[in-house]
Amino acid sequence: MLQLSAIRKAYRTGANVLQVLKGIDLHIAKGELVSIMGASGSGKSTLLNIIGILDHPDSGEYRLDGMLINGQGETENALLRSKYIGFVFQSFNLIGFKNAVENVALPLYYQGVPRRKRNQQALEMLASVGLKDWAHHMPNELSGGQKQRVAIARALVSSPKIILADEPTGALDSKTSQEVMDLLIKVNQELGLTVVIVTHEHDIAAMTQRTIRLRDGLIESHNADLSTLRADVR
Amino acid sequence: MFDREKWAEIFDTIGKNKLRTVLTGFSVFWGIFMLMILLGAGRGLSNGFAYNFKNTAENTIMFWGGRTSKPWQGLPVDRTIQLDTRDVEIIRTAVPGLQHIAGEYRVWRGESQLSRGKQYGNFTINGVLPESRYLEKQVMLEGRFINEVDQEQTRKVIVIAPDCRDALFKGEDPIDQWVQVNGIPFQVVGLYEWESGGRGQNQSSQVFIPLSVAQRVFNAEQDVDKITFSFSDASLEGSKRAQARAVAALAARHRFDPTDERALWANNNVENAAMFGQVFGGINAFLWIIGIGTIVAGIVGVSNIMLIVVKERTKEIGIRKAIGATPGNVVGQIMMEALFVTGMAGYFGLVCGVGLMEGLSKVIPGSEMFRDPSVDIGVALWATLALVVAGGFAGLIPARRAAAIRPIEALREE
Ligand SMILES: Nc1ncnc2c1ncn2[C@@H]1O[C@H](COP(=O)(O)OP(=O)(O)OP(=O)(O)O)[C@@H](O)[C@H]1O
Ligand SMILES: [Mg+2]
Repeated sequence: MLQLSAIRKAYRTGANVLQVLKGIDLHIAKGELVSIMGASGSGKSTLLNIIGILDHPDSGEYRLDGMLINGQGETENALLRSKYIGFVFQSFNLIGFKNAVENVALPLYYQGVPRRKRNQQALEMLASVGLKDWAHHMPNELSGGQKQRVAIARALVSSPKIILADEPTGALDSKTSQEVMDLLIKVNQELGLTVVIVTHEHDIAAMTQRTIRLRDGLIESHNADLSTLRADVR
Repeated sequence: MFDREKWAEIFDTIGKNKLRTVLTGFSVFWGIFMLMILLGAGRGLSNGFAYNFKNTAENTIMFWGGRTSKPWQGLPVDRTIQLDTRDVEIIRTAVPGLQHIAGEYRVWRGESQLSRGKQYGNFTINGVLPESRYLEKQVMLEGRFINEVDQEQTRKVIVIAPDCRDALFKGEDPIDQWVQVNGIPFQVVGLYEWESGGRGQNQSSQVFIPLSVAQRVFNAEQDVDKITFSFSDASLEGSKRAQARAVAALAARHRFDPTDERALWANNNVENAAMFGQVFGGINAFLWIIGIGTIVAGIVGVSNIMLIVVKERTKEIGIRKAIGATPGNVVGQIMMEALFVTGMAGYFGLVCGVGLMEGLSKVIPGSEMFRDPSVDIGVALWATLALVVAGGFAGLIPARRAAAIRPIEALREE
């Protein structure tokens, strides 16, 4: 599903060049649930952004579902994102002046789904994350866990192939973290989506099938927990 | 552009950020509102002044006798120049292309009383030549104006205006009835009003009698107060030539220096109109500059606020982009928001401004200074069109800024 080889990325700030990714080779199969760990500043978010086509590597090759992602225009990238990828962020990133359904329906708007249909789909998606009764609440009326579930519903509504979550539990307590993780695991197992979770927490990483450890811009290890890897993967 | 979904999304965003929208729109509203008021005021002034010239034909010159201020051919200064009936004929032959000429002798109200039985009133009495009707814009409501026979035979006939009829006849038909002018009976032959509907420069109605009768009744011999004539060449140069010819002829007869500007008082309507046009062209240009400046300021304001808004909305726009908005979507949204806000605010300002001026022209009584300050509908339409274009420009810079927002930067946790 995701194939990265020799991905390099540097940030230039003034005269300084900070080499963040120094040649990443990574393959994530369809239907995998993986976590990415590493010290702060090790380039986890940078890597996830490249996978999500929000950012572009300086060199190296990235294939998404077999397609070479390289130098397409912004518009084409947007269409690819909208078709393949759902994002979940640490700080939820809901639009504050839109209520829960409207937030969930927004990706469908950009896909050109008519209003009634997208509202219906959004409602169904909210129901499936257990927030049916909160559909018409504004984000500031929701708890952190609820917000994150709305965000997950929004990531799922456009039927993507991949969910990219950057520290989805970073702002949550352990109980709601567990709820969010249960949801992501369910998405992975029941819908067969590829899920990539960036996290700091070992117990979160432990819930995934494989943990990719970043260190100094390189992959240190891929500890696949083969016992949890589904048999039909690969 | 006419995609319902797009507009629904824009209305949603605008509707949920009302204060921001109102603040953004207000500067444009104010700009257009002020422009309409300024243009209306310009219109009102211009209409007011134009009204003063309304009762005389455009291509006319008038002369009144004055006092000499320069010695001439051994004659001293400060001689009174008294025009008379012969001067009318002298000018008639002296000015080529002359169309009509009339002399008049005026007795101001206060010195003259009209009465009928117990009813009476004071009116300005004007002794006129029949040709006067080509030079002044009276409309006959009933009967006729003074004619040649009246003048030749010094018939005591009089043409009155509706207020005079109302004062003396109390609703009766005045035609062929008799009224007393300073005790002398005159027969009413006509009822007139000014084409403009008002009373001209005098704010009180005049009554007309034959010049010959006025001269006789008021012991004025052959005197006239004022000579008015019209000419075919209505250009500014043409009018100046006609004036010079007439002045030369009068100077020769009355023996004064033709360059003596006080010997005769002249009023050249063509020259007045040209000056009037210049002055109001200037005033109008000035008002336009202020008005357009106000609008431009409004639009720059919108653009500025939208820029701040885009900055404030960086995160929202970043989210939209992350979940599938293309740069085109984002540009479209910001542009259409700007267009909509300027368009609506401007239209609202236009309606308020035009409405106010229309209302004012109904409420304010017209005067010589100011009347009917309504705004030209064509101008209003152009202003609206300009606004839409301006709205596009106002949105352009913020929209491009928004399109350049990179989702990762927008979404980075601080
Ligand atoms: N736009 C940028 N310009 C300059 N430097 C950047 C930029 N984005 C990230 N960096 C730097 O690159 C490095 C990697 O950043 P990244 O956000 O990928 O780290 P991370 O592993 O996600 O860290 P954290 O766990 O704190 O989120 C950091 O040192 C960061 O300061
Ligand atoms: Mg990070």
